[in-house]
Amino acid sequence: MTAAAEPMLSLSGVTTAYGSIVALRDVAIEVNRGEIVTLIGANGAGKSTLMMTICGSPAPREGAVIYDGADIAGMPTHLIMRRGIAQSPEGRRIFPRMTVLENLRMGSEVIGGQHFEEDLEKVCTLFPRLKERLAQRGGTLSGGEQQMLAIARALMSRPRLLLLDEPSLGLAPMVVRQIFSAIRDLNRTTGLTVLLVEQNAYHALRLAHRGYVLVNGRITMSGTGADLLARPEVRAAYLEGGRH
Amino acid sequence: MDYALQQLVNGLTLGMIYGLIALGYTMVYGIIGMINFAHGDVFMIGAFISLISFILLGMGGITAVPIALVLVLAIAMCFTALYGFAVERVAYRPLRGSFRLAPLISAIGMSIFLQNFVQVAQGARVKPLEPVVTGGIVLMEGGTFTVTISAMQIIIILTTLVVLTIFTLIVARTPLGRAMRACEQDQRMAKLLGIDVDRTISLTFVIGAALAAVAGMMYLLYYGVIDFFIGFVAGVKAFTAAVLGGIGSLPGAVLGGLLIGLIETFWSAYFSVQYKDVAAFSILALTLLFMPSGLLGRHDVEKV
Repeated sequence: MTAAAEPMLSLSGVTTAYGSIVALRDVAIEVNRGEIVTLIGANGAGKSTLMMTICGSPAPREGAVIYDGADIAGMPTHLIMRRGIAQSPEGRRIFPRMTVLENLRMGSEVIGGQHFEEDLEKVCTLFPRLKERLAQRGGTLSGGEQQMLAIARALMSRPRLLLLDEPSLGLAPMVVRQIFSAIRDLNRTTGLTVLLVEQNAYHALRLAHRGYVLVNGRITMSGTGADLLARPEVRAAYLEGGRH
Repeated sequence: MDYALQQLVNGLTLGMIYGLIALGYTMVYGIIGMINFAHGDVFMIGAFISLISFILLGMGGITAVPIALVLVLAIAMCFTALYGFAVERVAYRPLRGSFRLAPLISAIGMSIFLQNFVQVAQGARVKPLEPVVTGGIVLMEGGTFTVTISAMQIIIILTTLVVLTIFTLIVARTPLGRAMRACEQDQRMAKLLGIDVDRTISLTFVIGAALAAVAGMMYLLYYGVIDFFIGFVAGVKAFTAAVLGGIGSLPGAVLGGLLIGLIETFWSAYFSVQYKDVAAFSILALTLLFMPSGLLGRHDVEKV
């Protein structure tokens, strides 16, 4: 790794625990600028914990989280998020009693609501469904619509690093394809860096430049997307029957 | 009929005061899920600061009524807001993340402290204020009873409406209001969107206290006498109003306040003054029995 290509995000020796239960152990991953990196693993492997640890909620018990050259481990979550990181979290976490428009405004709040109209236009082009629902309350949306809203809300802050936690969950295959192609387009046209957590390993590995496999809180494998897709152990564990 | 109309005017005035205090309870409950038992005493502090301001302004020669009213309102809101801020910092923030009962106990302690502080600093006796605004408008005459609305009542109702409008706009339209609602609905997500939750909670206490200060000044003007104990009684009533309206619901707090004010006034007028509190609390008990989430409380199901 040369100095010029210093990764945008690098975790080393990260251990996270909830009380006495260790969820992540000595995790090291890197995400370079302009890359799509995916993290695959079974339910309960610690994928979402890893995403939340990057955001400082919970903060890692040990290890370093270097983002943009600064160690953000232990910083308060809201300050981390003000550095250009956005997350579409597990469970979507839409504000149920706010309208879709207000949810999107919340996404834009971290940059002081700048370019709101412009970005609103963009996410509505990306997810035309949201445009029809702008005045509706978040809690009344279907699961798929909430997922689109969660991603759109994350994009409203114009992040440099986008963390997507299971964007395909609960979505129809066609919508999944649409979302994944949207992510690819964003990455190509704007150079957006993406860290993607997925159970839908096939799609994720096809989309990503590189991937990591997380098992029981440890990284067990890493490689390019195509490389991991070809490995028999990955195929056996995460792909058989999972291709849709 | 004319007697009832008079009670309606009186009840609305009282209800406005309760509604303003109830908002503070319901806001804090919404955002950190606790009942701030010291809120009634913050209201009492607001009344005392108003009283002191009136006296100081009078000594300073500012006697033009409209100017004095506006100045006192501003001073009371600022200083009471400081109290609200300090109460949260000292009594609740250090306990965040501890067991649910801890801040509640701390709140009761804070309430006792504030009462005793004012009792020691200002004395235990009732403090009077000479009527600042006199006069009124006769609404209905000729019958057995003359219905009037005093200038004081008009001021209370109008000021409350203006304050409520501003408050509603803050909550509905501003980034601060959105941040408050976001923290109320999902604190963890609010943090993920860069919201400083601690700051938002602080500001919630500040706004709640400022509203209580408005109520405190209105109370002082309306009744003309205050003491260190008014916060307890008014606080319990306003808390009842917040629960009646649906705790956590802002329109509910105002509605609950108006209802409690009206119930209390009508009961006193037609039945017995001694039992007015019984009436208010009985209605509360009945509401909770049949509508546990209050009149405007939420019962919408959230998607998982």
